[in-house]
Amino acid sequence: MDNTSGFSVVRNQLFSFVRKEFYHVLRDKKVLLILFGMPIVQVLLFGFVLSNEVKDTRIIVIDGAHDEASRQLISKLEASRYFQVDNISSNESEIEPTFRQGKIKAAIVFPLNFQHDLQHGNSAQVQIITDGTDVNAANTINSYIISIIHDFSSQEKIPYRIIPEVRMLYNPQLLGAPNFVPGVMAMVLMLVCVMMTAVAIVKEKEMGTMEVLLVSPMRPLLVIISKAVPYLLLSLVNLSIIILLSVYVLDVPVKGSVVLLLSLSTLFIITCLALGILISIQTDSQQAAMFASLIGMLLPTIMLSGFMFPIENMPWPLQLISNIAPSRWYYIIVKDVMIKGAGFSSVWKETLILVTMTIVLLAISMKKFKIRLA
Amino acid sequence: MKMCLFHFREMESTNNNLSIQTEKLTKRFGDFTAVNEITLEVRKGEIFGFLGANGAGKTTAMRMLCGLSKPTAGKAVIAGYDVYKGTEQIKKRIGYMSQKFSLYEDLTIIENVSFFGGIYGITSSQLKINSEALINRLGLENETKKLVGSLPLGWKQKLAFSVAILHQPEIVFLDEPTGGVDPVTRRQFWDLIYDASDAGITVFVTTHYLDEAEYCNRISIMVDGSIAALDTPSNLKKKFATESMDDVFYELARGAKRTGD
Repeated sequence: MDNTSGFSVVRNQLFSFVRKEFYHVLRDKKVLLILFGMPIVQVLLFGFVLSNEVKDTRIIVIDGAHDEASRQLISKLEASRYFQVDNISSNESEIEPTFRQGKIKAAIVFPLNFQHDLQHGNSAQVQIITDGTDVNAANTINSYIISIIHDFSSQEKIPYRIIPEVRMLYNPQLLGAPNFVPGVMAMVLMLVCVMMTAVAIVKEKEMGTMEVLLVSPMRPLLVIISKAVPYLLLSLVNLSIIILLSVYVLDVPVKGSVVLLLSLSTLFIITCLALGILISIQTDSQQAAMFASLIGMLLPTIMLSGFMFPIENMPWPLQLISNIAPSRWYYIIVKDVMIKGAGFSSVWKETLILVTMTIVLLAISMKKFKIRLA
Repeated sequence: MKMCLFHFREMESTNNNLSIQTEKLTKRFGDFTAVNEITLEVRKGEIFGFLGANGAGKTTAMRMLCGLSKPTAGKAVIAGYDVYKGTEQIKKRIGYMSQKFSLYEDLTIIENVSFFGGIYGITSSQLKINSEALINRLGLENETKKLVGSLPLGWKQKLAFSVAILHQPEIVFLDEPTGGVDPVTRRQFWDLIYDASDAGITVFVTTHYLDEAEYCNRISIMVDGSIAALDTPSNLKKKFATESMDDVFYELARGAKRTGD
């Protein structure tokens, strides 16, 4: 009875605690839904619905030429699954009203002597008009059209024309999913680890059970660790679900080493757990913890990690703030390892940043925790 | 610190039959003195009532005795260990039931018992014996697989108390354990307290109910962070020349400057 600090006792405490924590999670339908429903919904939502992939985009063509070459190019555009030609007209004044009505995303204008220019001049011009209010979509549509034109001219074997070369690195099929999978991974892990851990620990405070635990011979540090362990395990399950979904449903394979991806993801999970622990120490109610996690963690993940909005386009104060968002670095890691197939040598810097963040967060948590205990 | 250690040895050698011993124990938060130089002794197996109005400093004092909060000054020896140096040892030898209901509602009775047994480091063979005894004592043989949340409040509190003494501690601290239950259940709860006391467990209990004070061997009444009275209930009534504990309490609490939490 008296060797209550021995290894077997600690193991016993840890085991009892983790088991109890799993009971909590598995018996709370809401938690289960957030834990496992969310990643699936997120992956599918971002992978299919919200992707910036161009599909059946409606365009109009103003064909001033009405010649063989323009017709061939139009039918090529129509044949692609990206575009749907709404109307072929020769009246340029139709462009603006149709744009205003929101019916189309792009217009292509062929000049009067398109084929003539193509055959006798050095080059022919085609005007592409896109909706500048949606810059991202406009850019994507632009590059799709250009690549179709490029395709067309290489088929026609016209060597003397200068074609703008557009090549989408790492995503030759211009699929949307590769851009989103790393972002969704960062977001889901962040949400599960930070919010769930913070709420779970604060719940014990709110219910008064934390006091009972602190009076018990279980060391406070061990209480916190055992509180975090189940979420580490659950996050790994979550991570596997996301990766499997992305490989088999979204056709985004893991190009780099799976082991590297999993170990660096585990590192990110630990960073998030540390953040969750810090939030739980600083807050006293579940609502406050949830609020802090959502506002403090989720929004920066979406806004500042670079997966929704490119960091280079942000004003410099936001660029600066984005540096302290752990998800920013994890996003780079996943993109490099999973999509580009890079090895550890190209992500060691990001890894180091995450390790440092984790250590700092844990150190602050431990210090605050001790202050609260005194 | 050296002084404390020395004092602890001295106290232990002279008072082996004491469970709790404090001397001028004080807790200050900045300028505010929550607990002001309280000195008390509680014998082994005694039921000691700790009374006081809200804000009198009961909870803070109790938190110091449990090792949840470090005293600012003064001395305390709990279960034979110095409160500054021997926190780890003290924790193994005390049980605690908090003001808020302290079991997990989404766990079954037996899961709660196993969990607390686990974190108190009870070996599985011993845990089996202890938990069976606990279940039998409460007559819950057929309910072990029920979620604690589905039990009536009285049962929950009896269960929480039984779990708090599952590891057979030397002292059990009860922070307003009978809040919100009816008098009959309260009486049953006190039967459990008497059983524990008979088994040699010291019971340190804070309460709001003055009829409960009568059930204690001795009580102390705190006013504004200090102990205003400490004696057996009958002696206190004699001293204040009254028939009821209420009068004693109001007589003492009338002069209180602090109110509320």
